[in-house]
Amino acid sequence: MAPIVQSSQPWVEKYRPKQVKDVAHQDEVVRVLTNTLETGSCPHMLFYGPPGTGKTTTALAIAHQLFGPELYKSRVLELNASDDRGINVVRTKIKDFAAVAVSTNQRKSGYPCPPYKIIVLDEADSMTEDAQNALRRTMETHSKVTRFFFICNYISRIIEPLASRCAKFRFKPLSEEIMSSRILYICREEGLNLDSEALSTLSSISQGDLRRAITYLQSAARLFGSSISSKDLISVSGVIPTEVVQAFLATCKSGNFDSANKEVNDFIAEGYPVSQFLTQLFEAIVEADDISDEQKARISKKLGEADKCLVDGADEYLQLLDVASNTIRACCNMPEGFSFDG
Amino acid sequence: MLWVDKYRPKTLDQITVHEDVAQNLKKLVTEQDCPHLLFYGPPGAGKKTLIMALLRQMFGNSAEKVKVENRTWKVDAGSRSIDIELTTLASANHIEMSPSDAGFQDRYVVQEIIKEMAKNRPIDTKGKKGFKVLLLNEVDKLSREAQHSLRRTMEKYSAYCRLILCCNSSSRVIEAIRSRCLNVRINAPNEEQIVRALDFISKKEDLQLPSGFAARIAEKSNRNLRRAILSLETCRVQQYPFSSKQTIPPMDWEEYISEIASDIMKEQSPKRLFQVRGKLYELLINCIPPEIILKRLLYELLKKLDAELKLEVCHWAAYYEHRMRLGQKAIFHLEAFVAKFMSVYKAFLIATFG
Ligand SMILES: Nc1ncnc2c1ncn2[C@@H]1O[C@H](COP(=O)(O)OP(=O)(O)OP(=O)(O)O)[C@@H](O)[C@H]1O
Ligand SMILES: Nc1ncnc2c1ncn2[C@@H]1O[C@H](COP(=O)(O)OP(=O)(O)OP(=O)(O)O)[C@@H](O)[C@H]1O
Ligand SMILES: [Mg+2]
Ligand SMILES: [Mg+2]
Repeated sequence: MAPIVQSSQPWVEKYRPKQVKDVAHQDEVVRVLTNTLETGSCPHMLFYGPPGTGKTTTALAIAHQLFGPELYKSRVLELNASDDRGINVVRTKIKDFAAVAVSTNQRKSGYPCPPYKIIVLDEADSMTEDAQNALRRTMETHSKVTRFFFICNYISRIIEPLASRCAKFRFKPLSEEIMSSRILYICREEGLNLDSEALSTLSSISQGDLRRAITYLQSAARLFGSSISSKDLISVSGVIPTEVVQAFLATCKSGNFDSANKEVNDFIAEGYPVSQFLTQLFEAIVEADDISDEQKARISKKLGEADKCLVDGADEYLQLLDVASNTIRACCNMPEGFSFDG
Repeated sequence: MLWVDKYRPKTLDQITVHEDVAQNLKKLVTEQDCPHLLFYGPPGAGKKTLIMALLRQMFGNSAEKVKVENRTWKVDAGSRSIDIELTTLASANHIEMSPSDAGFQDRYVVQEIIKEMAKNRPIDTKGKKGFKVLLLNEVDKLSREAQHSLRRTMEKYSAYCRLILCCNSSSRVIEAIRSRCLNVRINAPNEEQIVRALDFISKKEDLQLPSGFAARIAEKSNRNLRRAILSLETCRVQQYPFSSKQTIPPMDWEEYISEIASDIMKEQSPKRLFQVRGKLYELLINCIPPEIILKRLLYELLKKLDAELKLEVCHWAAYYEHRMRLGQKAIFHLEAFVAKFMSVYKAFLIATFG
């Protein structure tokens, strides 16, 4: 690989752990892989979990640690969603790669170099079912000389026959504590000053996604200098202010459709993401003590439906307006549909 | 040149509407290591203006020397090879494109074309920055697959390639992409800010604005600055000197939809539905996006309804827009909405007045 100008890498890349042991919070997989480093034995692996929790990092780190820079190219094949992974490609690329035999006893300058090749299929949940099916055979045919690493956000999108061949590891969202210690480490390296309030804010707004936390941190550092407050972080993160959520809820409770409609219009004009708003609204509803359980259930049901519609690409304004109208009906105990008998 | 282009601020310092964002962006790019950026916000809010000014801040005047290129790319799609036509705008340091223009083949654009571009080191070594920028428009219109295809590219080549993504609706961008960017929200300017922008242009054009005139344009613009500036220019063409009572011409298609709404309110019958269908078709033929038609129609209908009905009707609008998104023929779903409305409204009339 060509030398990279260090300083031009964003912090998320700069602080990507190079060694498995530095991957934070995913103790189980780290333990298994540390063992692999000692014994050289490794099952097929399936990593799954939300973005920014260390899946790609871990797979790349173990591959590098097993083979070192010299053998890496010949022993590790990384295929991710940026590669065409249709059935044909999967078959030929992997076959060609696996077909070249590995010479045993190639132990190079302190790297274990076990006698197999690693194929990393990153972002595997975007592969079609057909392509995944084609992989079953390939896996079997080359099982002696290859180990597969599947990586995905949603394990449900990996077909069962593949999943069942792998040791599965769930990558958990990082806990606030672990997140904080990693952030503090970066702060020390970069000479930043973060008070404890800012630190806990950063951990909570990133929702377990360390990549996000690092991006916020870097952005805040550029914008506000080396002393960063909780407010600074909130302003770069774009979370929707609680007041906005509360105002929306209050309007719905008042039962006035026209003001709710105006609020929805303003909300869209402000450019807030509706999907995130639904999450925050849900939290507010669950916590509200002046809404009955039945009302909460009615509102939440709609939130779920609207969220699904948004995932399908539905219009944000219309979905939010629908949520507003449903919430008004629930809060004012109106029947769910329009009754024709007046 | 249209005023919207003529008076587009060129540098971050000239930007008045999102002054705070502009100043922040300036600081963000002082170092070599700024993160990828995702700009999102409603139409005509000023996203593109900010992005262009940002590029200029990064690369100096050379960012404006762009060449438009219309190219056909041959890409290898498994067993066959396909041709993809794409327009790019490129300077020495950046390339701009709208990959969603390739429709259902957008995945190949990301996998083949964009990845290649990202891989190549910047050509211009004399430039101030060690990286080049890929500017992708309308990323919210990209298919899921295409979006997934961006993920590793954003990480692998980030040392010498930055992505700037631009879209209206960030809810449509997958979480894994949002996690890889600094998300920059660009809100629509408020009416006061729009009035100021209009005042500014009027001064430059040496126009006399009667008091309250700019405010009326702003109010009608629905917080869309582009639209406000276009209205001002249209008014200027229609009548100058301005009079304070001068009408601000609505868009043709909006007037047309207002007529449709009246038609629907007057009569609810299969015959009327058939007529309305023809008019909806007319709008579609004139390239008004179906969801815009539906939203406008809802807006017009809501003006005429009782509170109880409003709650019901907006539900059905959301319902049919969602179906439209999943389906293929927009006209079916627009018509279904109108039919549903007619039936709900008629039932209401019968229940109320017998
Ligand atoms: N567990 C972790 N320990 C240390 N750093 C982490 C961890 N998780 C994420 N990071 C940081 O976040 C960045 C992104 O992590 P990584 O690429 O491993 O995410 P991922 O789980 O593969 O996410 P995605 O599902 O979006 O591909 C890394 O470069 C690193 O800086
Ligand atoms: N800060 C500003 N000051 C004055 N005028 C502006 C400013 N920002 C934008 N404009 C004007 O508003 C018009 C619309 O802005 P722009 O094209 O940046 O919007 P956009 O957010 O990219 O919209 P869309 O999502 O519809 O593409 C521009 O043509 C420009 O004339
Ligand atoms: Mg990853
Ligand atoms: Mg634009």
